[in-house]
Amino acid sequence: MLALLVAQNIAFYVIAAVMVVAAIRVVTATNLVHAALWLVMVLSGVAAQYILLAAEFVAITQVLVYVGAIVVLFLFGIMLTRAKTGRDEDLDNPLPAKIGAGAIGVLLFGVMAYSLWDAWRGDEFGDMVVQRTGQVSDAIFSTYLVPFEVISVLLLAALIGAIVLARRD
Amino acid sequence: MAASFLLILFFGKRVGTRATAGIGIGAVSICLVLSVGVAAQWIDRVNHPPEGAELVEQTNAAYGETPEDARYEVEAVTTESGETVESQGEGTEGGTEGTDHSEEGAAVTGAAPGESAAALPAAGTEVAAAAEGEGGHGGESESVPPVVNTVTWFTIGGVDFEFGTLVDGLSAMMLITVSIISLLVHIYSTEYLRGDERFTHYYAFLSLFTASMLFYVLGSNTLQMLVGWELVGLCSFALIGHWWEEKKNSDAALKAFLTNRVGDMGLIIGVVITFFAAGASSFNVLHINSYALSGAANATLLLVGSLCLFAGVTSKSGQFPLHTWLPDAMAGPTPVSALIHAATMVVAGVYLIARLYAVFFSGLSIGSSTFHYVAFIGGFTTVMGGLLAFVQTDIKKVLAYSTISQLGYMVMALGVGAWTAGVFHLFTHAFFKACLFLGAGSVSHACHHTFDMREMGGLRKYMPSTHITFAIATLALAGIVPFAGFWSKDEILAGAANGQENAYTIMLVFGLITAFLTAAYMGRAYWMTFWGEYRGHGTPHESPKVMTIPLWILAAAAVVLGFTNFPGSFFGLELPEGWTTRFEHYVEPTFAFPPIEHAEFTPWLAILSTILAVGGLLAAYAYYERNLGPHGLTRHSRLASGGYTFLENKYYLDTLYSDIIAADTKGPLARAAYWFNQNVLDGIIDGSAAVARKVSGFVYRDVDQLIVDGAVNGSGFVSEGSGQLLRRIQTGKVQQYAAILFSGVVVLAGVLVFVV
Amino acid sequence: MLVNQFLFLGAILFCIGVYGVLARRNGVLVLMSIELILNAVNINLIAFGAMWSASDAGPNLSGQVFALFVIAVAAAEVGVGLALVLLIYRNRQSIAVDDVDLLKG
Repeated sequence: MLALLVAQNIAFYVIAAVMVVAAIRVVTATNLVHAALWLVMVLSGVAAQYILLAAEFVAITQVLVYVGAIVVLFLFGIMLTRAKTGRDEDLDNPLPAKIGAGAIGVLLFGVMAYSLWDAWRGDEFGDMVVQRTGQVSDAIFSTYLVPFEVISVLLLAALIGAIVLARRD
Repeated sequence: MAASFLLILFFGKRVGTRATAGIGIGAVSICLVLSVGVAAQWIDRVNHPPEGAELVEQTNAAYGETPEDARYEVEAVTTESGETVESQGEGTEGGTEGTDHSEEGAAVTGAAPGESAAALPAAGTEVAAAAEGEGGHGGESESVPPVVNTVTWFTIGGVDFEFGTLVDGLSAMMLITVSIISLLVHIYSTEYLRGDERFTHYYAFLSLFTASMLFYVLGSNTLQMLVGWELVGLCSFALIGHWWEEKKNSDAALKAFLTNRVGDMGLIIGVVITFFAAGASSFNVLHINSYALSGAANATLLLVGSLCLFAGVTSKSGQFPLHTWLPDAMAGPTPVSALIHAATMVVAGVYLIARLYAVFFSGLSIGSSTFHYVAFIGGFTTVMGGLLAFVQTDIKKVLAYSTISQLGYMVMALGVGAWTAGVFHLFTHAFFKACLFLGAGSVSHACHHTFDMREMGGLRKYMPSTHITFAIATLALAGIVPFAGFWSKDEILAGAANGQENAYTIMLVFGLITAFLTAAYMGRAYWMTFWGEYRGHGTPHESPKVMTIPLWILAAAAVVLGFTNFPGSFFGLELPEGWTTRFEHYVEPTFAFPPIEHAEFTPWLAILSTILAVGGLLAAYAYYERNLGPHGLTRHSRLASGGYTFLENKYYLDTLYSDIIAADTKGPLARAAYWFNQNVLDGIIDGSAAVARKVSGFVYRDVDQLIVDGAVNGSGFVSEGSGQLLRRIQTGKVQQYAAILFSGVVVLAGVLVFVV
Repeated sequence: MLVNQFLFLGAILFCIGVYGVLARRNGVLVLMSIELILNAVNINLIAFGAMWSASDAGPNLSGQVFALFVIAVAAAEVGVGLALVLLIYRNRQSIAVDDVDLLKG
């Protein structure tokens, strides 16, 4: 057990570091496509974290949907908007805005960190129970049926909306 | 008459002069006939006074009947307060007392519509009021209660304000006098005022005057008499100032009115006092008289009341010292002078005393004193008027002073208790004085409208009618037997001599002196006017018949009327009782009348007065006609000339009144009022205006501009400014909104985490 | 493993995502930053779900189910968002969100 835990910790920290770096690169990259690729890295890292948290189905779904569809969507968007390939200086707001944003981010992190630390100081997970996919589907289709239907309607609406909006008329 | 006044006033201009005169004359004739009817009824009543049973039993069908009804029956009910009442029947036949008064064939018969026996004031309806018949006193007849018809106008606090007529011998006599003389004046005026531009106006006022005089005479209460009194004063004012284009005429009219006003104050106070003296219950004349006699009235109140009333008499009837308006009033047309200032208006005062005689008798203790104010004033006035008549050159002024003097006689007579004598003198005087005035008018008409005797003379050759009538009237005025003046004047002197219980000696002396003076100045006037050589311009001519016939009528009256009061024994000539003292019998009231003594005919006094009168005439004849005597005295003797100037300036009374009293009052008063107005009133107004300006300025500048506008502007400014500021947040940039959102989240999270 | 690790990770990603939303001018990049935020939230959800499941209350799948829903919503939102960006690009030839300020007051 202990070895497992140690391994999980190490895995966690490594992946976390990679994610953070990648995330920072997403928001600071000057190349649009590079930013998208960094995003892929972040999203993959997130999926790995899910595995660590014994949420297999969600991890797979994350990879499929996010990396597979959404990023592709982003790339399509980049392509369709004739984004400048290569270095693009125009991607950031002027400096004052960046500083303001940075300040807000820092402050927000500070508040959250404090509250998080204050709430779950040293709580451990205990024995992680791996949830099966079957259990997830059971939950979805019994307890959370209505939200599920709503989500489907939402997706439908989004689909139609996107089509309508982006039609070339 | 009132109807005639209104008719003429409104339609006179249109219908033209003849018709106007016709209306006026017609109305007066109606009144005359009705007056004669009244007199006849009254005489009948005196002869057959209603008995007690009769009084009680007959019913009055005239309750609420309008005057249009021709006849109503008689009724009286006895109650316990003072007056009897009967409503009387309309006179349908012209009973005759003196047929020479019945006028031109146009006389309307008594079925005259619309007028009851007493020319009512236009609004009166008649309702009988009930009262009792008192047992009478004095005289040879029993008490004959006068006929009273009243209607109560309104009642305040238990006091009835009535409105009605009182008919007894005195008012019947006055009715006849006023009607006859008014009628003759109306006729005379058609010629005298021919071509005058305000002819209709004149006739309107003549009608109004006659109406108000009749109203006054028939008044059953003192308030009504007051109204009539004031109205005649007003008409006098209007008529004196008929030719107001000349300032002296309008001044004279004003003087008449204002002087009368001064006396009227006394009259009004007197009316009020008599009201209170009569137990504060009624203004009714009979009530007041009974109350005064009964001894229940406060003696002081009666005295004061009679003195106040006498103040009114002083002004209206031209007693000293308020007589100054009478001579100036001669500025009016001569017929007006004849009517108003000889025969009717000026006797209003005398009538007042005669009517309210009980008040005067009890108040002034006429029965038991030898001297009192009223008699003295009357006596003094006679002498004073007589003296002043000597220095006049205007014939009308001579007559005016003569009127003053004769009025003094009447007042003196009433003052010494010779009631019948005074009233009888009033009666006769009216006729011969009117004759004299109309004669003077005729004379001036002939002499091209001058009244100055120095420009006349020798007119007897040119104007025989006028001359003879004037002569007759002069003799009557002087008191020569057997003309009317002798009888009446003699009675006055007898009254003064014998008095009530004591003799009024001083009054007798005054009376005798004046008898001499009267004859003298009238003789002077007569001789200057009608004898000698004509000193004026052109050729005088006799006046037309329209003017001379009234003169003849009046002269005839002057001759005849004296015999109506033929005394009981005249130098041993005893006539049967039905022939003697008729006037007194019918006229003297027997109801609510004080017990007065009637002086018997005094032979020595009659002879003495006749001698004095004849002597006066002869003296005048000698002085003026024959130029004997002390001519040129005024040039030689300082005393005489001083006396002459004194007389000429009318005892400087006019100066006293207008220059000293009036000016001294009105000058400082006016100046004080002006000062007050300029400084105090204007100061207040200006001050308040200045204050208002300052306050409003302050309010405007500081309050309104600064504060109010500041607040309003400020709020607008604030909202605009804040809007401007807040506007900058709306950049339209989504990222900015997001930034704000997230920073808000941060703040909120911080608050929730750290604070809460 | 501490719960806090995952939560801190989620917080860091979230803040970075916030920074990206506010600092990036390109519309697509803003959307990418929004994806970051959503993923951070997902991590939190899964972590809590695991914590719950591991506790005495018994297996509970709310966290995962919720995370799935978030993913679905994110997908929908990206789709619409990109459609919008496309439209903006078509109209303005530029996808700088700074320039879309027609509602400027």
